[in-house]
Amino acid sequence: MSGNVVTRLPFPVAARRELGDEQLRRNLRKATHTIRDKRLRVVGEVPDWEPLRVAGAAIKDDVLARLPDLLEQFEAAATAAGATVHWARDAEEACAVVAALVQATGTAEVVKVKSMATQEIGLNEALEAVGIHAVETDLAELIVQLAEDTPSHILVPAIHYNRTQIRDIFASKMADVDATTLTDDPPALAEAARRHLRSRFLSTKVGISGANFAIASTGTLAVVESEGNGRMCLTLPETLISVVGIEKLLPTFADLEVFLQLLPRSSTGERMNPYTSLWTGVTPGDGPQTVHIVLVDNGRTDTLADPVGRQALRCIRCSACLNVCPVYERVGGHAYGSVYPGPIGAILSPQMSGEGANRTLPYASTLCGACFDACPVRIDIPQVLVHLRQSGVDAARGRPSAERTAMRTMSYVMRDRRRYAAALRAARRGAAPLRMVAGRRGALRRLPWPLSAWTSVRDAPLPPKQTFREWWAREHSS
Amino acid sequence: MRIALFVTCVNDLMFPDTGKAVVTVLERLGHQVEFPLAQSCCGQMHANSGYREEALPLVANFVKTFSAYDAIVAPSASCVAMVRESYPRLAPSPSVSAVAERTYELSEFLVDELGVTDVGARFPHRVTYHPTCHGLRMLRLGDRPRRLLEAVEGLSLTPLSGAEECCGFGGTFALKNPGVSGAMLADKCAAVVATSAEYLAAADNSCLTHIGGGLSRGSSPVKPIHYAQILASR
Repeated sequence: MSGNVVTRLPFPVAARRELGDEQLRRNLRKATHTIRDKRLRVVGEVPDWEPLRVAGAAIKDDVLARLPDLLEQFEAAATAAGATVHWARDAEEACAVVAALVQATGTAEVVKVKSMATQEIGLNEALEAVGIHAVETDLAELIVQLAEDTPSHILVPAIHYNRTQIRDIFASKMADVDATTLTDDPPALAEAARRHLRSRFLSTKVGISGANFAIASTGTLAVVESEGNGRMCLTLPETLISVVGIEKLLPTFADLEVFLQLLPRSSTGERMNPYTSLWTGVTPGDGPQTVHIVLVDNGRTDTLADPVGRQALRCIRCSACLNVCPVYERVGGHAYGSVYPGPIGAILSPQMSGEGANRTLPYASTLCGACFDACPVRIDIPQVLVHLRQSGVDAARGRPSAERTAMRTMSYVMRDRRRYAAALRAARRGAAPLRMVAGRRGALRRLPWPLSAWTSVRDAPLPPKQTFREWWAREHSS
Repeated sequence: MRIALFVTCVNDLMFPDTGKAVVTVLERLGHQVEFPLAQSCCGQMHANSGYREEALPLVANFVKTFSAYDAIVAPSASCVAMVRESYPRLAPSPSVSAVAERTYELSEFLVDELGVTDVGARFPHRVTYHPTCHGLRMLRLGDRPRRLLEAVEGLSLTPLSGAEECCGFGGTFALKNPGVSGAMLADKCAAVVATSAEYLAAADNSCLTHIGGGLSRGSSPVKPIHYAQILASR
C-alpha cells in the first residue's frame, strides 16, 4: 500500500472532468496568479537568490548521498533527547504505528498540524477506522475536512474554493456557528474557525504533526507555519507524534539558514513565515512530555535508486511549481489524483508508486520549464518528466503500440537523406487535394483520428507547394 | 567561417519561407550560407516523448551532417534547445558536445556572434512577440529577438500580456491532453487579440502553428509570422 499517491484515473480523463468546472478555473486563476506575483516580488528582493538555490540543492543532494548515516545520527540524537523513534516502510505501517500510539493514550480525538506526510499515508482515514477522530487545525485543511473533500494543493489545500463556497461549508458543517449571520468576509470566516478550534486545542491530549526539516546532528524537528495553530498543537498536548519522510533531513542546525530563506519566499511569497517551531525530544516541564517520531519511507528509497529521478527528493513542499504551472492552473490538484499534484507531483507520485494511472502523470506537462525556474532547490522537473517518459516507453517495449510504430517509422525515414526527401515530397503531394477542402483560408478545420485531437480546438495548416530543400535545389542547380 | 543552415523538418515541409528568410538575412549581412542536404529532424519529438532509442539515430545523423561547419544556425528555439541542451545528455561524447556548442538560434547568431541588431529590414506593421518556452527558459534568448525587431524600420512592437506563459502546444501534449492544451491556447489567443497587432511573431513555427490554428479557428485577423521573415523584409 502506498497511501494517497496513486491516482485512480488517467490524467487526461481526470483533467477533462476538472476542465468542465468553470468556477474552479476562475478560483484557480485568481489564486495562483496572486501567489505567483507575490513570490516574484519577494524573490526579486534577494540579491543572492540564485546562490541560495544552488546551496539548497547542494545541501539536499548531500543528505541524499549520506541518507543512511544521517538517519541513524538523527535517531541517536532524538532518542538521547527523550523522543522515541519509529520506522515505517510504507503508508500502512506508518498508520499502524500512529494508531497504536494514540490508542495507548486512551484518547479518541487528536489535533493535527497541517502535514503532507500524514495526508500521503492516509492517516485520518486510518485513525477513523479505529474510532479516533483527527481534527485538522490549519484553516484550509479544516475547510477540506469539513467539506469531506481532498486537498488540491500542497500549501493551500482548499485553493479550489472561493470565500463564498467556504462560507457555505462553514454554515452547514460547523455546529458552533450561527449560519444565519455568518458572512463570507475573510476575518469573519477566520474568527469562526478560531472559535471552532480553540476548545480542541485546550482539551485534546494528543497532537499529530509532520515536519518541514529534521536536523540530523541534534535530533531537532522544525515546523514552519502561518496561522499559529501549529504552535498550539506542538506545545499544548501531552503527547506529540510527528510523521516525517526520511528525506526531510538536514545535516546541521546551520543548514536551516538556507532553507528558512528559501521556503517562505517560494511558498507563501512572504519574507518570513509567522511561526517557526523547533523542538528536540522532550523538555521536562515544558510542552509535550511524550514525543514520538515516525520516520516513513513509502517509496522514497525506490526513488533514491534512480540517478536522474532522485532529485525529486530535494523537494521541500513549497508548491511554487504548482503556482507557476499553466497545466495546474487550468485543471487544479484533483486531476493529478495524488496528494502531490502539479509538476512536482507528476514526477514524485509515479516514482513513489509506479502503479497504473500514475504512468500518465509524466505526460501532464508541456515541458514549458516554468517549474524549474521557480523551484528553490533547482529540481529540473522537465528533465525528470522526460526521463520518466523514457522509462515508461522502455518498460512497454515488446507490447504493440501505435505511437511506437509511428515513432519508429519516422525515425527510420528521417535518418536517411533519400528516404527523408521522398517522404517530404509525398507529404507535400498528399496534401495537394486537401487544398480544395481548405478553401481560401488555407487551413483545415477537421482531420481524422488521431489528429482530430488537434482540430478539436485549432485549425491545421497545409504544406506549401514546394519544400525548402526543393527550393534550395532549384536555386543552386546551376 | 562556414555557416550551415539547419532549417528543421517542420520548416522544410511546412514553412520554407522561414528558411529562405534566414538565407536572405545572412546573405544581406555578407555571409555565405550552405544547406547540407543530409539534414533531417533533430529528434526532439522522439526524445521528449520518451523514445530515446528512436532519437539516437537522428542525433547521429545531425552530428555527422554538421560537424564540418563553424556555425550551425536554425530558425527554431526548441530545435536548438534540443541540440544544445538535450544532445549532450542523450548521447554524451566530445563530438556531440562540439557540434552542440556551435549550434545557434538565429537571434543568438546575429546578436552574439555577428554583433548585429539592425539587419536593414523594413516592416511597417504592428507586431506583438510571443517568447516561446524553450527560447525563453532553455536557451535564455532574453531580449535578443526584441532588439532585432525594434531595429526594424517602420515596425511598432506592442507588448503581449502574459507573454511568458506557455501557449499549450508542448508537442504531443496537444494531442494527449487536447482539452488542457485548448484552455491554455484560448487564454494565449485572447491576449494576442487584445494587443490589436497585425502580426504575431515568434522564434518557433511549431508554437506559431498552434497559436495560429487557434486564431484562425476564432476568425481572428492576426497573422502568425516567424520573426526571421520580418528581418528578411524590406
